[in-house]
Amino acid sequence: MTPVIQLRGIVTRFGRTVIHDGIDLDVESGQILCLVGGSGSGKTTLLREIVGLLEPSAGEVRLFGERVLDPDPRVRRDVRRRFGMLFQHGALFSALSVFDNIAFPLRELRLLDEDTIRDLVYMKLAMVELGPDHARLMPAELSGGMVKRVALARALSLEPELLVLDEPTAGLDPDLADNFVHLIGTLQRQLGFSVVMVTHDLDTLAGLATRVAVLAERRIIVCCSPAEVLNVDHPFIHSFFCSEHARAVMKRKTSPSADQ
Amino acid sequence: MARPALAIDERVGKDGQRELRLSGDWTLTALPAPVAALQATLREHAARRPVWDLTDVARLDSAGAVLLWQAWGRRWPEALTATAEQRAILERAAALPPSAEFSRGRGTRAQQRLDWLSWPLIVVGTLLFKAVRNLREVVTLIGQLVLDLGYLFAHPRDIPWREFSATLYKSGALALPVTALVGFLIGIVLSYLSSLQLKTFGADIYIVNLLGISIIRELGPVIVAVLVAGRSGSAMTAQIGVMRVTEEIDALATMGISRTLRLVLPKVLALAVTMPLLVVWCAAAGIIGGMVSANVEMGLAYGFFIDTLPRVVPVANVWIGIGKGFLFGFLIALIACHFGLKVRPNTESLSARTTSSVVTAITVVIIVDAIFAVLTRGVGMPV
Repeated sequence: MTPVIQLRGIVTRFGRTVIHDGIDLDVESGQILCLVGGSGSGKTTLLREIVGLLEPSAGEVRLFGERVLDPDPRVRRDVRRRFGMLFQHGALFSALSVFDNIAFPLRELRLLDEDTIRDLVYMKLAMVELGPDHARLMPAELSGGMVKRVALARALSLEPELLVLDEPTAGLDPDLADNFVHLIGTLQRQLGFSVVMVTHDLDTLAGLATRVAVLAERRIIVCCSPAEVLNVDHPFIHSFFCSEHARAVMKRKTSPSADQ
Repeated sequence: MARPALAIDERVGKDGQRELRLSGDWTLTALPAPVAALQATLREHAARRPVWDLTDVARLDSAGAVLLWQAWGRRWPEALTATAEQRAILERAAALPPSAEFSRGRGTRAQQRLDWLSWPLIVVGTLLFKAVRNLREVVTLIGQLVLDLGYLFAHPRDIPWREFSATLYKSGALALPVTALVGFLIGIVLSYLSSLQLKTFGADIYIVNLLGISIIRELGPVIVAVLVAGRSGSAMTAQIGVMRVTEEIDALATMGISRTLRLVLPKVLALAVTMPLLVVWCAAAGIIGGMVSANVEMGLAYGFFIDTLPRVVPVANVWIGIGKGFLFGFLIALIACHFGLKVRPNTESLSARTTSSVVTAITVVIIVDAIFAVLTRGVGMPV
C-alpha cells in the first residue's frame, strides 16, 4: 500500500537561508505523526509544503501516491479533496456562519442536495461535540475552543483520509487542549484517518502521536515512536523532552498502563 | 485510482422475504455523480421493506450513512445486519434532530418577503433609520473630537504629531501626481469644449473668465474631493476596519490610548489641512491645462491669459475654493473614520463599510457643495 505522505529529498531555501536540506519522510496510513523542532526549524514550512501551499526548492511531495503540485489541475484538486487541514487560528470564513463554513466544501463538490448537506453538517457538528444551535453563530461570536472545533468539523467535512494540524492546541487553556486532543484521538480511532501535526505542546504530542519526527539541523534527525525518541542522544531532544516536567508527561501518557 | 464502486444487490428468499445486500465503498468520494438517482433507488428499495445487509460494505462514512438514513425515512429499518462500527456511524445519523427543528424561523422570513405592499415602506424606513443612526454617531464622533482637542490644548505633549504628518504625507504628498494629472486633463477638455462654443459668438477671450471661475471655485474642490475620497477615505476605513478585525483597537484601549485621539483626530485634522493645498495644486494644473488648450485651439497667448486671469476672477473665489477644500477634507476623513470604527470583525462587513465610506463621502461632498453654492451665490462673482 502506498504511504499517505511521501517526502523525497525536500530542500527549502529562502534567499540564502537553507531551511530544509534533503528531507525524506514516509507516513503510513493510520499513523499519527507529530513534527517537533526548535522555533525556526521549519516545521510549519514543511507542513505548508506537504499540503501544497508552498513549493519546495527541490524534491517532491506525494500524497496518496499523487504529486501535490501535479501539473494537471484535476489531479491537484482530487488530491486536495482527500485531506483536511486545520489551521492554527482556524481560518474560518468570517463572512459565513458556522453552518455555511462547514457546508462550504460539501457545496463545492456540487454533488449533494441541500438536505443531505444539512444532515452532514449537523453530523459533523455533533462529531466535534457542538449542538445544532451553534450552527447559526458567526465565527466572531465563537470562543477560541469553539473556533478550533468548528475548524475541525470543516476539515472533516469531506471525510478526509489525512488530517493536517498546525498547532492544534495553541491558544487553548490546558483543560480545553486536553479535551481537543481527546476529541481528535477519538475521531481518529473511529474514522481511521492519518494525522500529521506540528505542535509545541508535549501533552498533545504524548496524548496523540504514534510517531514523532524531530526536525533539527535542517533535516529530520529521527523518526520513531514517542517512547524511543527519549533514548536518542541529541541536544535538542535533551532540552525538549528531558526536562523534569517533560519526562513526567511522556511517562504518564505513553506508558500503556495509563490507557486504563 | 480506481475505487470499488458501491453496489446494491437484491435477492428474494423462498419465503418472499427480500434481502438487500450492499457492498463496495459507501463514502463521499465514491458516490456516483447524480446522487439523486441513488437516493431514488434506495427509497424504492426501502419501500419494499427488505432485510438490509451491510456486512459486505468495505467503507461507510457519514455521507453514506446519511443517505441510508434518509432512505429509511429517518428511522431504523425493521431488519438490519451491520457490523458494530457501521452501527456506530449510523447512530450518528440517527442522533440528528428531526429536520423540522432546523427549519424553524425560516417561514416567517418568507412571509415577510411576500408582503409586497409593506416592502417599499420597510426598505425606505430601514434606510431612514440607518441614515439617522449614522448621523447621530457622526455627531457623537465630532463631539468626541472637540473634547479631544480640548484635552490636547491642556496637554500639548500628547499631540500625535507622527500620525498627523504620516497622514499629511500619505494623502497629500503622494496624491500630488494624480491630482495634477486629472486637473490638467479636465482643464484641457473644459477649455476645448468651451472654446468651440465661444468661437461661434466671437467671445474668445471669455475663456479666461469661464475657466478661472469654474475650475477654481467648483471643479477643483470637487475633483480633489472625489479623488481623495476614493484614495485616502477608503484607505482610512480599511485601515481602521482591519485594526478592528485584528483587535488592535482594543489593544490600544487597554494601553489607555484613546482611539479617537490617536487614530481619528490626526487623520481628520491632517486631511483638513491637506485638502486645501491639493485644491490649489489641482486648480493650478487645471488652469494650465486650459491655458495650453486655449493657446492651441484659439491661439490665445499665454501672457494675455495670465494677465487677464486676476482681473476677471475675484480673489474671493480662491478663498471659497480653499474653504471648500478644508470642509471637504474634514468631512471625508470624518466619514471614513466613522465607517472604519463601525466595521464588525468579518471580511464581509469590512468590504461593505469601505464601500459605504466612499459612497457616503462623495455624496455628502456634493450635497455640501450645493449648499455652499447657494450660500455664497453673491460672493466672488465678477461685476
